[in-house]
Amino acid sequence: MRCAPVAATRSATSTTRSSSRRESVRAGFQAGLPFAVAAGLLAISFGVLARPVMGTVAPIVMSAVVFAGSAQFAATAVLGAGGGAVAAIVAGILLNLRYGPMGIALAPSLRGGTLSRAAHGQAMIDASWAMANLGGGRFDPWFMVGATLPSYPVWVVGTAVGVLGGELIGDPDRLGLDAIFPAFFLALLAEGELRSGRKAIAAACIGAAVALALVPLVPPGVPVIAASVGALLGLSRRNEAKSARGTGE
Amino acid sequence: MMLDDWITIGVLAVATAAIRASGPVLVGGRELHPRLFGVVSLLAPALLAALVVTETLFGTDNELVVDERAAGVAAAGVALALRAPVVPVIVIAAGVTALARALA
Repeated sequence: MRCAPVAATRSATSTTRSSSRRESVRAGFQAGLPFAVAAGLLAISFGVLARPVMGTVAPIVMSAVVFAGSAQFAATAVLGAGGGAVAAIVAGILLNLRYGPMGIALAPSLRGGTLSRAAHGQAMIDASWAMANLGGGRFDPWFMVGATLPSYPVWVVGTAVGVLGGELIGDPDRLGLDAIFPAFFLALLAEGELRSGRKAIAAACIGAAVALALVPLVPPGVPVIAASVGALLGLSRRNEAKSARGTGE
Repeated sequence: MMLDDWITIGVLAVATAAIRASGPVLVGGRELHPRLFGVVSLLAPALLAALVVTETLFGTDNELVVDERAAGVAAAGVALALRAPVVPVIVIAAGVTALARALA
């Protein structure tokens, strides 16, 4: 998970597309391993939390077919509070809606037919998507697949461990694991996107400000989606050129 | 209620797969107009920054919480400003958070 060297290797190999696919998956797999460990511990805590709500089988099935941490936690919390299926589904969907704009960001880097692109989208989890981001609007989709590969089985097995015997392990928050993902996203921002130009910095600032302002006002999940408006700065490219020529208004 | 659990799981599974497929299916597979690509290319920094904010400062109950986790991420920010590599940055984030919780 040495971020800068990995990114450098990826951009160097991305020119020889077909031969680099296996390399990308392998590099992604290696980069994804530490996050699989974190995902496993998170899955254990999900299993512990979900067992009194849903029993032993349902949480494991949920992890296998939904495979989205925050949505699973949210839906389970709603069910546990007696909120019913509709409220649980809405809570889960809202948290997963961010995969819409994330998928749009990924889309220009995808080749192949509709089915193949739809399948690629299934490999989107936050950390893998973020690691596969090459900056400047480009992604390495096979790196993302590789990075997600170790997390999936660990997520399902970890849930089972949590359901069947999680009390023995104790509270994973004790280890500070919940700080890992935001710190990692911050590191990727600082090392990648924020060095790729003033516009990326401005988009990040707008995204952060919008999310911060909206969280107390709207349901969980919506602030991240709304942060997409920061990307509208991309429209101003032509304006910049205009004002450089002195024709801006 | 058990039926509620299974309905939730089934619908969430289908909806999540559909959402994950939507961007690649609707936007992928063709060259984007340069201005549209300009917008799409800025989605990543905007979304990443939003994830940092929401995962650092907010719990599941939608309330602003500046707690041990925020201290851990702030420490990571300082380490990044001092040009620390990614792995130490993450270790620092988890370590400071765990330490703060142990002391609290």
